[in-house]
Amino acid sequence: MNKETKGILLDPLHLQNPITLQVLGICSALAVTTKLEPAFVMSAALTFVLILSNVFISLLRNKIPGSIRIITQLAIIASLVIVADQILKAYLFEMSKMLSVFVGLIITNCIVMGRAEAFAMGNPPWKSAMDGFANAMGYSAILIIVGFFRELLGSGKLLGYTVMESVNNGGWYFPNGLMVLSPGAFFIIGLLIWLQRTLSTEMQEDSN
Amino acid sequence: MEFSNKYIVGFAIGLCLVCSTAVSSLAVGLKERQDANRLLDKQVNVLRVAQLISHDEKPTHEQVEEVFKNIKVFVFDQATAKSASVDNVWKFDPRKAEMTFPKKGDAWGKRAKKISLKSMPKTLIAYQVQTPGKECLVLPIYGNGLWSLLRGFLAIDLNTGKVIGITFYEHLETAGLGGEIENPLWQAKWPGKTCFDAQGLPVLDVVKQGKVLSPEFEVDGISGATITSVAVGNMVKLWLGDAGYGPFLQKMREVN
Repeated sequence: MNKETKGILLDPLHLQNPITLQVLGICSALAVTTKLEPAFVMSAALTFVLILSNVFISLLRNKIPGSIRIITQLAIIASLVIVADQILKAYLFEMSKMLSVFVGLIITNCIVMGRAEAFAMGNPPWKSAMDGFANAMGYSAILIIVGFFRELLGSGKLLGYTVMESVNNGGWYFPNGLMVLSPGAFFIIGLLIWLQRTLSTEMQEDSN
Repeated sequence: MEFSNKYIVGFAIGLCLVCSTAVSSLAVGLKERQDANRLLDKQVNVLRVAQLISHDEKPTHEQVEEVFKNIKVFVFDQATAKSASVDNVWKFDPRKAEMTFPKKGDAWGKRAKKISLKSMPKTLIAYQVQTPGKECLVLPIYGNGLWSLLRGFLAIDLNTGKVIGITFYEHLETAGLGGEIENPLWQAKWPGKTCFDAQGLPVLDVVKQGKVLSPEFEVDGISGATITSVAVGNMVKLWLGDAGYGPFLQKMREVN
């Protein structure tokens, strides 16, 4: 693997993570992470949309007129999002009910358009696909970590299986109500950013 | 690269055509499957509320069909309880039917306002479970909680006038607080509660947590979710009353 490919694949996981470094896609990271399972499905839906949108936009990159490029990207992304939403409704109905509007809101997820504009418009399809995949993985990793802690601490369960029996169900664990609300996700993302920057000091900006 | 205006317009039109064809053909192709999913979800909820299957059971389409052989579906006019005809019973949604708006001073109008409803449907649907030993009526109910529309079913035994079960299959309340209306443990507080007083008026209600005075018809609310709990109480009262299933229930009592 040459250095460039390695960079495309690995940077978005850590040093250029779309959520913790670029702070994009926060809305869905808050909304779908109360449980682990929807976090997985949301990650899969975003991966699907991001890879394909990068590939299509990269294929068309020399044909897209500059004056309408944003709306062109948006049309392609929106179509893909509807496709993902329709497939979920047809094959994973329970899950689509749980994710409700958030699959549709992938359209407004800055990561997708950000990658289209910043990468796919200037790179060939194969590289764009890798970039899309890597960024989707960076997003998914954070979503899954946040979902893991929120479900465990917020309801004492993981993937719906009881790990710590909650008081409501006659157990001992008193669920942390903050974790099921959106601020809980902010705290976890904040802690992750802190951890990341402590481990990799090159992520820290020079202080003035 | 410079593009001519003609090219730009052509590109935009071409893109729109390709995208819309792709999206609409997929949507049409998957529609049948999605409708089947929605229907199955609804039917499973009817079975759950009537205690025909347990809360976490996930029956297949065939199993549901089998049980539904013992369930009679009524579609009827709200005020007269006379049977009404609709195109497709399974696609019928009372919320999309013609609506009755309250007149000034109508008591039900005030109650409906409490759960942010402006009107009630003129056509209703109900399911009569005839499985021996499990006979009951399943009534669809809806109303607004704290954040969102709650949709569910209430199952009652007409002979004893008691609740068999309640369930909510659609809501966007806060998970862990108002969302606890989904919790089987809270729903388990419902069966056995009395729905009507001696005059046949609805008394079933939900009260703030810990404030139950008459346990025969009051359900304990959810801690930290008083607004949602009280909304559910108003919902059952409204739907069991004259503006809801009242006339239909009266007729069913007479038939028996």
